[in-house]
Amino acid sequence: MSTFKKITSTAYPLPEENIDTDQIIPARFLKATDREGFGENLFRDWRYHNDGSENTDFVLNQTHYSGAILVAGHNFGCGSSREHAAWALKDFGFSVIISSFFADIFKGNALNNHVLPIQVTPDYLEQLLQTIQEDPKTAIEVNLDEQTVTFGANKVTFDIDPYKKLCLQNGYDDIDFLVSKLSNIEAFEKQHIY
Amino acid sequence: MGKTLFDKVWDSHVVDSIPNGPQILYIDKHLIHEVTSPQAFNELKKRDIPVFRPKQIVATADHNTPTVDQHLPVKDALSRNQLEQLQQNCDEHNIELYALGHKYNGIVHVMAPELGITQPGMTMVCGDSHTSTHGAFGAIAFGIGTSQVAQVFASQSLLLKKPKKMRITVNGTTHKNVLPKDVILYIISKLGTDSGTEHFIEFAGDVFKNMSMEGRMTVCNMSIEMGARGGMIAPDETTFAYIAGKKFAPKGTDFDTKVAYWKTLKTDDSAEFDTEFTFDASDITPMITFGTNPGMGIQLTENIPTGKDANLEKSLQYMNFEKGASLLGQKVNYVFIGSCTNSRIEDFRVVADYVKGKQKASNINAWLVPGSQLVVEQIKKEGLDKVFEAAGFKLRQPGCSACLAMNDDKIPEGEYCVSTSNRNFEGRQGQGSRTLLASPLVAAATAIAGEIIDVNVPVLEEA
Repeated sequence: MSTFKKITSTAYPLPEENIDTDQIIPARFLKATDREGFGENLFRDWRYHNDGSENTDFVLNQTHYSGAILVAGHNFGCGSSREHAAWALKDFGFSVIISSFFADIFKGNALNNHVLPIQVTPDYLEQLLQTIQEDPKTAIEVNLDEQTVTFGANKVTFDIDPYKKLCLQNGYDDIDFLVSKLSNIEAFEKQHIY
Repeated sequence: MGKTLFDKVWDSHVVDSIPNGPQILYIDKHLIHEVTSPQAFNELKKRDIPVFRPKQIVATADHNTPTVDQHLPVKDALSRNQLEQLQQNCDEHNIELYALGHKYNGIVHVMAPELGITQPGMTMVCGDSHTSTHGAFGAIAFGIGTSQVAQVFASQSLLLKKPKKMRITVNGTTHKNVLPKDVILYIISKLGTDSGTEHFIEFAGDVFKNMSMEGRMTVCNMSIEMGARGGMIAPDETTFAYIAGKKFAPKGTDFDTKVAYWKTLKTDDSAEFDTEFTFDASDITPMITFGTNPGMGIQLTENIPTGKDANLEKSLQYMNFEKGASLLGQKVNYVFIGSCTNSRIEDFRVVADYVKGKQKASNINAWLVPGSQLVVEQIKKEGLDKVFEAAGFKLRQPGCSACLAMNDDKIPEGEYCVSTSNRNFEGRQGQGSRTLLASPLVAAATAIAGEIIDVNVPVLEEA
């Protein structure tokens, strides 16, 4: 899997709170059997009207916005465990999601696909959203090694599990690690009640 | 310091701890279905890794299956392809599959408990967020993403950081007509959809102690709607009695040994929780949601909240409701009784009891979708199907159905649906559909009245 160190990009602002995975990728698009191509239907029912025409009010359709960073409201990714949500965001071109709060399962799914969820304070999120809306060309730097997000003179640090950080920096994933531990797992099974 | 129920089960499944990192948690049972497993099987194939413990995996087809004419080939080509891939993958890896039409087929979270696959003290996962349901037995059960499904295939384990612990206690006696669904909708309406994030919840107190296993499953099922990874209830005599005699339950002396162990699975008096909430059962009355997340719930007799709030306004615009309005008298054309939250025998008993001797309102399209083939069998055994038929209802075949509308069971754009499912998100039951979550009793009453009514006000039976 790809490695992640540092990116500098503009961003899309999506201030809505409690964006659930049914909005990120509606259930009717979960019928594929591979991981690719979900970006096409990312935020499908917000991006398009029911007659298939583009909803020009929606941020992903506004050409003055661009970039590999999505800045979204509180409790992003709540609801279903569908990893298709992370695949859709990645396939669309997002490698970082910034919010003041993430739902657990989504956060894990994003990290497993090397999409970096960054949790910032509500004040910082508010400031960031406002800045992007005022100037869509605002460059945001995300530095994983230093665990910092910077726009203009505003620099903050963010938390990430040290193990997950290592995975992103080096392109590792959990399967490699778990398979390397199979002898420990077999030993555990011998004394386990189930 | 003592241990909580959650600590006891979690700690007994830790294979290894990585310094400053996650723990390797052993998984006893892995449930899979057609939608979130194909990419995980592909991942194994790509890496040339075998499935490590196929005997600990059970598969079912539920998410995109039709609820009528299941004996015919599935019409939708993409759904059919997913179902065929599940069959092929299970054949290839020697995994037990309860395919469409099998006597044990059903919604994954209905099927596993009623077959005795779910047992106290286990760790269970599934690529589905409502895996939290199985916590009703005192198991640690949670939904995972497809990458994690692949990890469990490869190692029967997951790399996880131990979650925080929350306890929600509800003491006292609930009023008449208050069902387990009302209890959990009430709790979520008070605490919010993000309140459980990073936590595992233990539900404690009189209300849960006195609840049936079906009711406990309804409650734990919706713990994910608070953002929690899972919910748990300490196993007790109700649990043991439910499991005894089930197809895959331990038998004979093995059962006795297990019960002795299960009895130790309760929170010690000296144990501590990171977060605690307490509610009084007498404050709870029948609930309904008015908005686009499960936390936007009110008691049936209450009005929609007022106040300036962008989320509330966006939600009400979608639902086409006004601030301060009452939902009583709201005309509704669709009623869905089903989903992993409320499609068990007890739910259909509640509905049958209410509709007996009454007639479905002419404007209502009602979809009654049992959770599994075994539920269908029980409904017929008890003659409930005859009651439904006499009242103008038709029973459909098992599956997830209109809960997430992956099959043909979609609520049309702009229509309201009083639904016993778990999510009222925008478009959840079909593009533009408007969902109102409620108990099976409120759903049944809506189906008879053709509008939302107060279930505490008696309805005159037709002569």
